[in-house]
Amino acid sequence: MLKQYFIELLEKDKREDGRKPFEYRDVSVETGVIARANGSARVKIGNTEVLVGVKLDVGTPFPDGPESGILMVNAELLPLANPNFEFGPPSKDSVELSRVIDRGIRECHAIDLDKLCIKAKEKVWMVFVDIYPINDDGNLLDAGALGAIAALKTTVLPKYDEKEEKVIHKELTKTKLPLVHSPVMTTFGKIGNNKFSDSTMREEKAIETRLSIVTTEDGNVSAMQKGGAGMFTADDVIELIEKSAELGKKLRKLVPSK
Amino acid sequence: MVEKIHIKDKDVIVPGTLLAEGLEYLPSGKAFRDGENIYSSTVGLISVKGRVIKVIPLAGKYAPKRGDVIIAKINGFGKFGWTCEIESPYKIDLNVGEISMNYVDLKNSKLADYFKISDYVFGEILDISESGYISLTAKRMPYRKLVGGNVIKVSPVKIPRIIGKQGSMIKILKDSSNCEILVGQNGLVWIKGNAENEAKVANAIKLIEQESHHSGLTEKVKAMLEGK
Amino acid sequence: MGGVGGPEKLIVNGKRLDGRKLNEMREMEIKVGVIPNADGSAMVTLGETKVICAVYGPKEVLPRRNLDSEKAFLNCVYGMASFSTSERNRPGPSRRSTEISKVIADALAPAIFMEKYAGLEITVIMEIINANAGTRTAAINAASVALADAGIEMRDLVCSVASGKADGQLMLDLFEPEDNFGEVDMPLAILPNTKQITLLQMDGMLTKAEAKKLIEMSMKACEQIYELQKKALKEKYGSEKESE
Repeated sequence: MLKQYFIELLEKDKREDGRKPFEYRDVSVETGVIARANGSARVKIGNTEVLVGVKLDVGTPFPDGPESGILMVNAELLPLANPNFEFGPPSKDSVELSRVIDRGIRECHAIDLDKLCIKAKEKVWMVFVDIYPINDDGNLLDAGALGAIAALKTTVLPKYDEKEEKVIHKELTKTKLPLVHSPVMTTFGKIGNNKFSDSTMREEKAIETRLSIVTTEDGNVSAMQKGGAGMFTADDVIELIEKSAELGKKLRKLVPSK
Repeated sequence: MVEKIHIKDKDVIVPGTLLAEGLEYLPSGKAFRDGENIYSSTVGLISVKGRVIKVIPLAGKYAPKRGDVIIAKINGFGKFGWTCEIESPYKIDLNVGEISMNYVDLKNSKLADYFKISDYVFGEILDISESGYISLTAKRMPYRKLVGGNVIKVSPVKIPRIIGKQGSMIKILKDSSNCEILVGQNGLVWIKGNAENEAKVANAIKLIEQESHHSGLTEKVKAMLEGK
Repeated sequence: MGGVGGPEKLIVNGKRLDGRKLNEMREMEIKVGVIPNADGSAMVTLGETKVICAVYGPKEVLPRRNLDSEKAFLNCVYGMASFSTSERNRPGPSRRSTEISKVIADALAPAIFMEKYAGLEITVIMEIINANAGTRTAAINAASVALADAGIEMRDLVCSVASGKADGQLMLDLFEPEDNFGEVDMPLAILPNTKQITLLQMDGMLTKAEAKKLIEMSMKACEQIYELQKKALKEKYGSEKESE
């Protein structure tokens, strides 16, 4: 019933809330919203709201990257934001959300992790990106990814006491996290043969499949992920990559450039 | 003993607000008495009629009452009927004998022939038993299964605004959209027309819900429906 | 209380390190209706401490073993966002957050007409977004207005503040250095109409006279908080009356 309704609207190039198929709801990005975080952002896409905080710590590097810093992306889907979320171990949805956003940042080497080495094989900076949805009205992926990059852009390193070999969390330096790229994710839904961006919760209930595409500032694709049981054609994918670069450009303007 | 009233008609009050002192006044709605005092138990609007102080709640979930006209969603099968969700913590039962004026013969048909999971039904609360068992009836017109269309959810305390004085608002919605619209007191609204008009009505209803306290709402709703 | 490595003095020239007087609360801001999906919600900012609260319900009790046929199951969950503390806080429940969730439920329950929701659940989720002491009391203040926003029937709102003692002086609304390096921390919550206490915890050492004084100070602050809560609720609902 809901699906047929959305198909009928999309076939006329319309959405329930009056948007065009590839139009986003109002998007806002605010940074520096959490005093305790090393970097933070609040992203609103329509009624969807996500908080992202970045914390830094020092830890032992992985054996396969003895001179590389560590990036950890985590999403906490608290029942605060959506009554269908549950307390307890991470759900499949939260694992997928954090992994897709993680790859978007990691695969284009957005953070120069090699610059985050303190002492090879022993001490490197660990960058924790934590994503907390506050209200879920669909498209948490794009909101979370945008929040992650905005928060990372504003992240400064805390002081590291070399003698004591520990982090002084309360003292911040002026050193920014070394960021090389600004990847932006755009997610598309598909109902019937109709493709569109930025699904609301009601649309997410009706979509058959979705495709998330991450593009960098030069329009290149750095990650993709298909979700849901439906299908896309190759032409669909090419079309959506173009759309993604276009939409990503607009969204990227909302992220602080420094 | 002092008889004293602390509020006036149309005041907006919060839980725990002292409304009146003394036994002369009577609490009604969401007002309650504690000793000689009357307080409000919810965020609400005051209505004073003589000695009766009534609190009309401005927030909260739908609480079923006998005779309420509602929209229910089928969510389970029983032996002789269905259980439904009604945007309330309570489930409601729809017995097979309450879906039609005619006899429904379950020897030659099955429940799923009439209602499937996620179907919507427009009906009336038949009874609420002492033990909390709630039953629905949908056998008399205009009650029926809702085929097609689109159901949206609004806060049940806003339903009177969506209907309007003597049904004025709902009339505007219907007339300018060519949609069939049914309103459940439980906060569900069914809209059926073409998808474009359904979306228009859904947006107009959201506007009424959000801006119910602003003046000139009727004009805004009209403008929205005319696609301006 | 009384950890090492803190500032030498917590009171300088009669003023606290953030410039407040002893009986002065940090600035408090309350916003109602911040989470559209929730049945009721609120955000409370108390100085740097920030909490966001959602109420869902009344609803069916899940899992069923929590069902109480006489009264509501009040499911309170207090948590701290990973980025809310100086050192990253591992997400998920801890022994501390489990205890706080319980004392918050016990602080809120007396305000709610629990028997009206027999066999049902009311879920209260409180997430600390930024922590600078006073998180449980800020959470109670937020939860109380969020419950009202959800239309839950209540006898009264609940107002809460944490006071204590540092450098030998009693003081209102501790912030982090005072909480970490002071001598006493005493969170308290009351129902403002009856002045009944619904939360009381204390760590440290007080004389009887000091305890009395500290409770009085806190109760006075709760009156201020009560006014802010009423104002915040009326900001959301007050405009209803014009068109009625």
